[in-house]
Amino acid sequence: MALFDNINLEKLKAGLSKTKNKLVDRISETFTGKAQVDEELLEEIEEILISSDIGMDTTERIIENTRRSLKEKNSRDRDTFMQTLEEELIKILGKPTDLDEEINKIKSCKPFVLLIIGINGSGKTTTIGKLSSQFKNSGYDVIVGSADTFRAAANEQLEVWANRSKVKIIQSKTGADPSSVAFDTLQAAKQDNADIVIIDTAGRLHTKKNLMEELRKINNVLSKVFLYAPNEVYLVVDGNSGQNALIQAREFSKFTHISGLIVTKLDGTAKGGILFQICDELKIPVKFIGVGEGIDDLQPFVPENYVKALFS
Amino acid sequence: MLEDLTEKLERSLKKITGQGRLTETNISDTLREIRRVLLDADVNYKVAKQFIEDVKQKALGQEVITSVTPGQLITKIIHDELTKLMGGSNQALLLNPSGITVILMVGLQGSGKTTFSGKLAKHLSKLNRKVLLTACDIYRPAAIEQLKTLGEQINVPVFSIAGEKNAIKIAGDSIEYAKANGFNTVLVDTAGRLHVDEDLMNEVEEIKKKINPSETLFVVDSMTGQDAVNSAKAFHDKVDFSGIVLTKLDGDSRGGCALSIKAVVDEPIKFISLGEKLDSLEVFYPERLASRILGKGDIVSLVEKAQEQFDEKEAEQLEKKLMSNKFDFEDFLGQIKMLKRMGSLKSLMGMVPGMNKAIKNTDIDEKQLVRVESIIQSMTKLERGDPKLLNGSRRKRIANGSGNSIQDVNRLIKQYKEMQNMLKMFNKKGFNKKMNLKNMRLN
Repeated sequence: MALFDNINLEKLKAGLSKTKNKLVDRISETFTGKAQVDEELLEEIEEILISSDIGMDTTERIIENTRRSLKEKNSRDRDTFMQTLEEELIKILGKPTDLDEEINKIKSCKPFVLLIIGINGSGKTTTIGKLSSQFKNSGYDVIVGSADTFRAAANEQLEVWANRSKVKIIQSKTGADPSSVAFDTLQAAKQDNADIVIIDTAGRLHTKKNLMEELRKINNVLSKVFLYAPNEVYLVVDGNSGQNALIQAREFSKFTHISGLIVTKLDGTAKGGILFQICDELKIPVKFIGVGEGIDDLQPFVPENYVKALFS
Repeated sequence: MLEDLTEKLERSLKKITGQGRLTETNISDTLREIRRVLLDADVNYKVAKQFIEDVKQKALGQEVITSVTPGQLITKIIHDELTKLMGGSNQALLLNPSGITVILMVGLQGSGKTTFSGKLAKHLSKLNRKVLLTACDIYRPAAIEQLKTLGEQINVPVFSIAGEKNAIKIAGDSIEYAKANGFNTVLVDTAGRLHVDEDLMNEVEEIKKKINPSETLFVVDSMTGQDAVNSAKAFHDKVDFSGIVLTKLDGDSRGGCALSIKAVVDEPIKFISLGEKLDSLEVFYPERLASRILGKGDIVSLVEKAQEQFDEKEAEQLEKKLMSNKFDFEDFLGQIKMLKRMGSLKSLMGMVPGMNKAIKNTDIDEKQLVRVESIIQSMTKLERGDPKLLNGSRRKRIANGSGNSIQDVNRLIKQYKEMQNMLKMFNKKGFNKKMNLKNMRLN
């Protein structure tokens, strides 16, 4: 199966190491000439982790856990410390995205329905462009639905992506009810016997209650056409986000069951460390990460590689 | 999550009370608490560290006077420092009185440049400027259409060249076009770009050279985390932007990145942008953002919002009526209308310091207000002025007329009577003779 066979670790590494400030250099600097892990060193590690948006609480806990594990290991040298730290970080992120499993899921339902949600400017539409292209190239019949009936020209943006990846698009009119577009898209999928449906939604701030209710309604409408739908609800999170992304994830979770995260814009110097907190608190796995503007720049998430790319 | 900072600090400062002076040892816990608050608000690690150091220097040796608690003292120092850091002069947008004014928007993808361009265009049109929007985002699909749609909504023409692959040429041509067609203000919207993308950073540098703007605005998402310092610095090094625009502040992010950015580039924050409606643009007030970063709520906005809606005369009349037990349903209705004017109760209460947390878990039933309003509106003028008239058949008519049950109507009348009794008690006991509703304005 060709799905996401472009797994390109180099690209992620390249993206994450574009700055001199990258985690790894600084950790290495930190360790140069020091055989032992002392308080000062731990504080420097704290700076590195916090500067990656991992957050103060989570950073403190990671350091605390690393210290505890170190005691058990009875060793305090650099390599052991780094290894233990990596293990702690990987542990939080959970299992890697298993593409075979994803493919089996897709095969189990026809059509397989994905709902893409997130705040304004997080990168939902671009992500859908990449997703639909990957699915299409893997031989699936894809329909995308433009349920962003609010933002100016959102429809046209998705249309360009749909044309690029040669998938069918169900359009909306500005101001139309997004639920009705979602409904129409599923009906079209039924008629065309499509394999995969991807529904794009308007960016909404989690503090806008009526917009969040609208999301619940879209979700319900999908279930009305196919009892099992949506199969996946992906929350798209901007890799540049700070601590507010955790609140976003929390609030969105109250209105729909989020099955996975997609973290975008990881090709800059931002580290996306907030995903550690989201995974930790809400137990939502990261499914894919966005590492560029190209149609292929979406990769399945592998915690080990992500952490390694931060450190290698 | 956000309790009032002062409260938090009070706890860690309890032991200082009675010690007379703030010293390095007795404020160390407090400073750590402040650091946590700043980091939780996304202030950059290094910036927070420096800030704490400054606050410490200011606080050390200060005498703890009896009228002010140590917590209040430190909070004030922090608040003042933050305000000072984020304030600074030169906040007004530079607009050339004659000739052409060009404003360039730059920033990362998804920061809100295009929406902001639309808002600024509307804002400047209102000031009687003849505005042209230029669409230079040749990369993102339909970005040009987005700006065109916004332009249509606000009646501002949008300059673009179909099929043109050179953003620098589009920008340059738009200035020529503006000059030839009597525009005096050109807002140039550019593509979002990563600060590490050399080609695109060169492009925006070239655009700037070509059009020589009087202002270059760096548009940044207020939810940005630690990396804000890196992107802001890279943009500043490349295009030397002259102001910052903070977007998406209608969410609940604390906006600490503003402090980080100010610390690394020292350019003024010119606007804040709240929401997608094209008139939700606000001038920046440093002290409000300081409060927000500290999790203290935006009390100033609340007061202003209340003031805007609160008619002094109405208040005086109401006060008289309350004092003389003549508060009838007509007044009741007036109060409900005022509440509604003030906007969603929830958003209002969210601005009250310390209320952020409590508010999350309560849902104020605004529908209840609508119901009460409909009941009162179904009463005749006579009935509203003299509620004693409301007998069984009148109540039934009101219930039917407003689409509510008789129980609902009865409940409202009962509440009204209880309120009257309470007022009577107040007035009899004579305390609070001057309730003075005007003082409700909190200032």
